[in-house]
Amino acid sequence: MAEVVLKTHGLSKSFGALQASRDVSLDLRAGEIHALIGPNGAGKSTLIKQIAGNLVPDSGTVELLGRDVTALDTVARARMGLGRTFQISALAMEYTVLQNAVLGALGGRGSPFRFFRNVMKDPDLLETAHGALDRLGLAEDADRRTADLSHGQRRQLEVAVALTLEPKLFLMDEPMAGLESAGSRALTGFLDGLRQEAPILLVEHDMDAVFALADRISVLVYGQIIATGTADEIRANAEVRRAYLGEEDAA
Amino acid sequence: MTYILVLEQILNGLQLGVMLFLMAAGLTLVFGVMGLINLAHGALYMVGAFAAAAVAGWTGSFLLALMASLAAAAAAGALMELVVIRRLYRRDHLDQVLATFALILIFSEGTRWLFGSFPLFLDVPSYLSGPVSLPGGIEYPLYRLTIILIGLAIAVGLFLLIARTRIGIQIRAGEADREMIAALGVDISRLYTLVFALGAALAGLAGALVGAIQSVQVGMGEPVLILAFVVIVIGGIGSIKGALAGALLVGMTDTLGGVFLPRLFTLFMEPASAASAGASLASMLIYILMAAILLVRPSGLYGGST
Amino acid sequence: MIPTRESFLNWAMIAALLIVPLAAWSLDEPFIITLATKAAILALAGVGLNIALGLGGLISLGHAAFFGIGGYAMGILAAHAQNYEPLFEWPFLFEGSNQMPLIWLVAIVCSACAALVIGALSLRTSGVYFIMITLAFGQMLYYFAISWSAYGGEDGLSIWVRNDFPGLNTLDPIQFFAIAYVILCLALFFAARLARAPFGLALAAARQNADRVEAVGLTPFTLRLTAFVISGAITGLAGALFADLNRFVSPTMLSWHTSGEIMIFVILGGVGRLYGPVVGAALYILLEHLLGGISDYWQIFLGVLLLLIVLFARGGLIGALAGREKAHG
Repeated sequence: MAEVVLKTHGLSKSFGALQASRDVSLDLRAGEIHALIGPNGAGKSTLIKQIAGNLVPDSGTVELLGRDVTALDTVARARMGLGRTFQISALAMEYTVLQNAVLGALGGRGSPFRFFRNVMKDPDLLETAHGALDRLGLAEDADRRTADLSHGQRRQLEVAVALTLEPKLFLMDEPMAGLESAGSRALTGFLDGLRQEAPILLVEHDMDAVFALADRISVLVYGQIIATGTADEIRANAEVRRAYLGEEDAA
Repeated sequence: MTYILVLEQILNGLQLGVMLFLMAAGLTLVFGVMGLINLAHGALYMVGAFAAAAVAGWTGSFLLALMASLAAAAAAGALMELVVIRRLYRRDHLDQVLATFALILIFSEGTRWLFGSFPLFLDVPSYLSGPVSLPGGIEYPLYRLTIILIGLAIAVGLFLLIARTRIGIQIRAGEADREMIAALGVDISRLYTLVFALGAALAGLAGALVGAIQSVQVGMGEPVLILAFVVIVIGGIGSIKGALAGALLVGMTDTLGGVFLPRLFTLFMEPASAASAGASLASMLIYILMAAILLVRPSGLYGGST
Repeated sequence: MIPTRESFLNWAMIAALLIVPLAAWSLDEPFIITLATKAAILALAGVGLNIALGLGGLISLGHAAFFGIGGYAMGILAAHAQNYEPLFEWPFLFEGSNQMPLIWLVAIVCSACAALVIGALSLRTSGVYFIMITLAFGQMLYYFAISWSAYGGEDGLSIWVRNDFPGLNTLDPIQFFAIAYVILCLALFFAARLARAPFGLALAAARQNADRVEAVGLTPFTLRLTAFVISGAITGLAGALFADLNRFVSPTMLSWHTSGEIMIFVILGGVGRLYGPVVGAALYILLEHLLGGISDYWQIFLGVLLLLIVLFARGGLIGALAGREKAHG
């Protein structure tokens, strides 16, 4: 079996009476895309935040590359090689596309405390940044203001910035959200190849993309993982059908 | 002797505390409901004091003077809200800081222009002057005691207003979700003007009440404003309960620290340097308190998230 | 680099700030030279604040603290030197100093240390809390200075002669102006480099989107704290020069009105514009001088102007003249 890159063990998190995560254990292995799906309000965002380090779980642990990182913050986890994209694009809107990519490369290098050298003339950072933009088809747009990009281009830039970090694994929160079908197909194709570089934990609503891409799928309902398996196994799973299709199938 | 002094100072601290509460309540309401930081709140305190001093000079009635302070500050507040403040709700905090700082300049210099640079005096009326004997053998100025009682009464009234009345329900709803209450048909801009005028009236009343103990002069609102900020930071922004707790804590700390720290220092220093070191430390005490509370609870005692 | 309208304005501004006092010098108008010196020093304070405010988005209403600390660093060192009273005798004998370079160094170090402590506490919070807390800490130092009778308390501290700079006669207005002007230019150069450097890129990104900065493995808190310290140090240096200009330092330098005024310099010119503080400070001095001559209540006009700029011309003067800021690059 391939090496386990990310592993959660028994994650639980409550907000008052609402239990958003119940005993969630899942893992991500080298070379795979593991998709996390579930109806709205199933607790996907809460789970993502615990994995990325924004939320501390009430109980349970998160292991990254074999190390317990439950007590580490988002920054430390990013430095260990967790490349993240956000559900709602989190980019520096006043910056050009290239500046956002250079920011990622700078983060990847981890040395922001330089006060004199022009960062936009640093050959290493520029090479990394341009490389990532090229791969996402944003080379032409490098000098445009991020605020002027279309929604779809911002989604691509999200992924490009994550790429500049040269991460060991990706945590992608609905990268296809709001994309029209052509954009969605293009990104699906890109992610398909990306898994060889680094595995992807993919939260996604676009079921076409999920079933086309995922090596394994986990289904989250009411904060709990009710099934994990290949696309075919998930399609055939009675509990999953019940969760998605309602009572009619239960009989 | 010492025990009477301590009790007296506790009452003084209480008196400062309730006045700070009157200031802080308005600030925290305005922030909680409208998300606005208002540096010009101290100007409303000043407006109240000047209105009271002018009316008292005119009519000789302290009661009328207090009413005038409420009315003038509420009117100034409503005007401020209608002309300037309502353009700032959707702006970022920087714009709010700058615009309300500009209002301070306008109000302060305008008042100086109208009334001159010399302080005015507002006299404590004869029926409230002189000391009163309290149980335990304490002689305490009746006027200060009256201030404490008025302040506490207003605090109770404010809690009832917010907990029990329709306006209060709208205020609380406005804190939770502005769009929603607008969608429910509440006239939100009228509510905002009302809340702002209410906060202004409380500040104006505080200015008038304190104006009778100290002098009435331009810029008198600013030290109080900054103390009120400390109160809000300690109590948690947006929380009336926090404002009350913070105000009492700051009032007590400032008053007791100012009196007792220099004495405490004489225990291990020579008197002259003890007095000056004690006074220096006392002047910083509430800020140290604020820093300490921030270290433990960054969003204040009763604050939710920042 | 293609010169934009903004960069043309910048050069025109910095040239005007040089030409006006030179002309005044040739016409023997020392008062105008002093006004220009004051503008240059206040602009320097604004350049400091602009690093925190414009680049980092940190709305500090407590920068008077650093301005005043710089002022008191000058006042205390010079007072001990002029009275021949050692400042301290351990670990070595130090009798104060009337040498500007040493005074500046002390001013920078002291204000940077203060900024480190105040920043470390204030930056635990954000938004309105940050504004109120920086304001409160500034006010704490103000009250401390008032109660600190050893150095003049409320009355402040005067020195008899302006401090020395090797090779120059600092009592000659034009020579003292030259010192202030050169320091301002150096600070502008530094601020320009900083904005384009890796640090500036990361800091301004943290202002725009802190989540993104964290996700690429950088810590917004440390970036902001560093910016706050640099910002405080520059404003502190300005404070030392300002006190030297007046040969006087008092708690007024620490008051929150001073914080507000430094912020006004930045805003009148245009937030985040490198030369904004230069334009703002010059405009402020001009207004003070012109309107102050008409009315004792000139700050009413300042208030109205500020209000109009905030409500209707958010880019400040440079914004109005040069149009929207182009992305850094």
